[in-house]
Amino acid sequence: MSSLLSALFEPGWNSSEPVLTAVVIGGGAAVVSGVVGVLTVMRGQSFAGHALADVSSAGGAAAFLLGLNPLLGFLLMGIIAAAGMESFSAHRIRERDLATGGVLGAGLGLSALLLYLDVTSKSTTGAAITVMFGSMFAMPPSVVPLALAVGTSAILAIALLYRPLLLSSLDPALARVRGVPVRLIGLCHLLVVAFAVALSAVTVGAILSTALLIGPAAVALRIAGRPGGAMLLAASIGVAATWGGILIAYDSYDWTGGHGWPVSFCIVTIIFLAYLAAGCPARDKVRAAARPGKGSVQAAGRG
Amino acid sequence: MFASFLVNTWIVATIVAATAGVVGFFVVLRGNSFAAHALPLGTFPGAAAASLLGVNPLFGLLTFSGLGVIGISQLGKAGRPEIATALSLVMLLGLGALFLSMSNEYSQATYALLFGEVLGVSSLDIVPVAVVSVVSLALTTLLFRPLLLNAVSPELAEARSVPAGRTDILFLGILALTTSAAVPVVGVLLVFSLTIGPPSAARALTNRPVGAMLLSAGLSLLTVWASIALALLLGWPVGFFVGGLGALAYGLGRVWMEWVRSRRCRALSG
Amino acid sequence: MREESGVLAVQRVSVSLSGRRILDEVDFALHGGAFCGLIGANGSGKTTLLRTILGFVTPTSGRVVIDGGRRLAQIGYVPQKIVLDPAIPMRTRDLVGLGLDGHRLGLPLAARARRRLVDAMLEAVGATSFAEQRVGELSGGEQQRALIAHALIRRPRLLLLDEPLANLDIRSIAATVSLLRRLALEYRMTVLLSTHDMNPLLPAMDCIVYLANGRAATGRTEDVVRGEVLSRLFGEHVDVIRVHGRILVIAAGAGNGASTDIERNPEHVVQVP
Repeated sequence: MSSLLSALFEPGWNSSEPVLTAVVIGGGAAVVSGVVGVLTVMRGQSFAGHALADVSSAGGAAAFLLGLNPLLGFLLMGIIAAAGMESFSAHRIRERDLATGGVLGAGLGLSALLLYLDVTSKSTTGAAITVMFGSMFAMPPSVVPLALAVGTSAILAIALLYRPLLLSSLDPALARVRGVPVRLIGLCHLLVVAFAVALSAVTVGAILSTALLIGPAAVALRIAGRPGGAMLLAASIGVAATWGGILIAYDSYDWTGGHGWPVSFCIVTIIFLAYLAAGCPARDKVRAAARPGKGSVQAAGRG
Repeated sequence: MFASFLVNTWIVATIVAATAGVVGFFVVLRGNSFAAHALPLGTFPGAAAASLLGVNPLFGLLTFSGLGVIGISQLGKAGRPEIATALSLVMLLGLGALFLSMSNEYSQATYALLFGEVLGVSSLDIVPVAVVSVVSLALTTLLFRPLLLNAVSPELAEARSVPAGRTDILFLGILALTTSAAVPVVGVLLVFSLTIGPPSAARALTNRPVGAMLLSAGLSLLTVWASIALALLLGWPVGFFVGGLGALAYGLGRVWMEWVRSRRCRALSG
Repeated sequence: MREESGVLAVQRVSVSLSGRRILDEVDFALHGGAFCGLIGANGSGKTTLLRTILGFVTPTSGRVVIDGGRRLAQIGYVPQKIVLDPAIPMRTRDLVGLGLDGHRLGLPLAARARRRLVDAMLEAVGATSFAEQRVGELSGGEQQRALIAHALIRRPRLLLLDEPLANLDIRSIAATVSLLRRLALEYRMTVLLSTHDMNPLLPAMDCIVYLANGRAATGRTEDVVRGEVLSRLFGEHVDVIRVHGRILVIAAGAGNGASTDIERNPEHVVQVP
């Protein structure tokens, strides 16, 4: 048993401080993303979730320029973007995605400018990569308290808004009848997503932020019957994928002869494979056939 | 601004803008915004892979955009399309991270792929962009009516023997082709903003389908030309202006559309 | 077997979707020029039957024969509850034009012959006044006319309409029925129109396909809408009551087990004139 463990966990695994930091912070980001992600996927806002991650990275670049706490920059930009998306929000999914796209374009443009200014004023060229791919092994400790606060408040907000959010995702008209302010709830939800995404974007990077938000939630929604169960499951899957990915990345230094695979690649691959495994085609076929006539329309909706 | 070394810039920007405006018209109509973002973004690992293998980056870009189309359409069959798009995108980017980790001098190139390098275009760069753009323009024009009918209602299109599934894949293919050729020259951001912003404004300004498509191409050209001029004048990156102007075009289009509608409602009730 | 000279022959068609039997040996034929109502409650398989005729759904057994063979070229189709996106730049005349050549390649060029055909079609359905308006901004009745023109412009021999009268106000319902009746005569076209409420069709239709429990009873209206025929179809006692020129179909348990009956057949129990 112990020989198996030592083969699995390369020597130094639990004594290396950056690895421990990554395990804690990555796990935390995975939990928050998993919980928030279930409602994001249910509401069909995966694009918004991804766009918020990309746009909030402009805030990261700004924070870098001004020497602020990076998480603060990510957070502020995420909030601005969420408000922008919601102000142009629309009933139709096509239109909502377009509004998201508009905000995303503007945000990326800002990102281009700020990164350019970063490069010219601070003469560092790595900013684009850091913002895109994150740097889980190089988290400044100053971020941790704020990260904890942001993550906790995101989960608390979901717990608080759970029922009205669920109802308004199910059917806005029904929710309005029960006295739920649907628009406001929608904005609150996007803000919570912005929080979760800012947290994960700054800790694990924009790619992983989307992967952790959408992947585990999509897998969990295929397995679990109820949203509450799906949240727990999504958080667990996210944590498992993150830790598994960190472990593989750490171990891969030895397999590849000191070169190693990037953590983000390992985690994303695990999540992707989990999605493929959970989506056994037979199940989906039954579900698609259960809605005669709507299959073709839905499939053609968007992509 | 019109110095000889900038001639290529103006030419490439014009080609890319016109194509993005035309293809973007259907992106907006069909609601493919997420794919229009994911496909160009997902191609950029292709450039990294190509540089690792020492082949022409265009092959890498085309391969990865092809992978993107397959991922989005195949995963989309079994689940929701936006989830398929998100997961295909992150998987491709994950591969990108892997390739980047293998080659170390890449951060400047990453910035260029994301945000464009429009001011440093060589004559050699123009040829593939022009060829691919002509192909996507021709395909979009050829498929204009089936795409339009499918955008209005997939069911009506099926009754006119236009298969919905194949139309989707075909259009994703056109989108992938358009963007993968443009990405190394103008960057992910620029292509994306041009496929969203100008078409959104154009559809609000006219009721005619063909007219809207041409107007979209025109607005897209204006956006790019203005952005390059501003970038040259102020010394800021082109991507910033394209992103900003694209979002502005979208916003103004929305406001105009809603204003027209509310005016009509008032006219009806009053 | 029945003669195949009719425009449409549905021959012992059964359809199962995800293990559930939707249609069970449905068998009928429509002759040229028939104006036929496809009647049944929500969920009785009307849409599935229409989609099977169109070829969108493959029957588990039986077959659909369209006179002339080439299915989609012969059929015009108006789907149920289409929501036309107001953000799509498209005028009524563009939508009608796409009915003519929406499957063709290339841009729709402003050929004079095409324009004349579209104009004539717009006039035939009474859509000239909103020909230049955006389709997404039309009223429900206007959208219905636009869609009918879209389906008719290729002069199909068979026109299928899925719940064209749902979501219309009473005046538009009457106008749509008489429009369809007139067009059917004018173009010598067979019409099969699904609806959950047969009453608006009574003056117009000359045959009926009544669906219940996945099975169908077909024939002339007065032959089918009778207590003993429908009782056999529903598998329980059914009363057919005629009052003020309207028909009410009431299932046996309506008095004691009202809730189940209303669920099965709501429109026929609750009639609001």
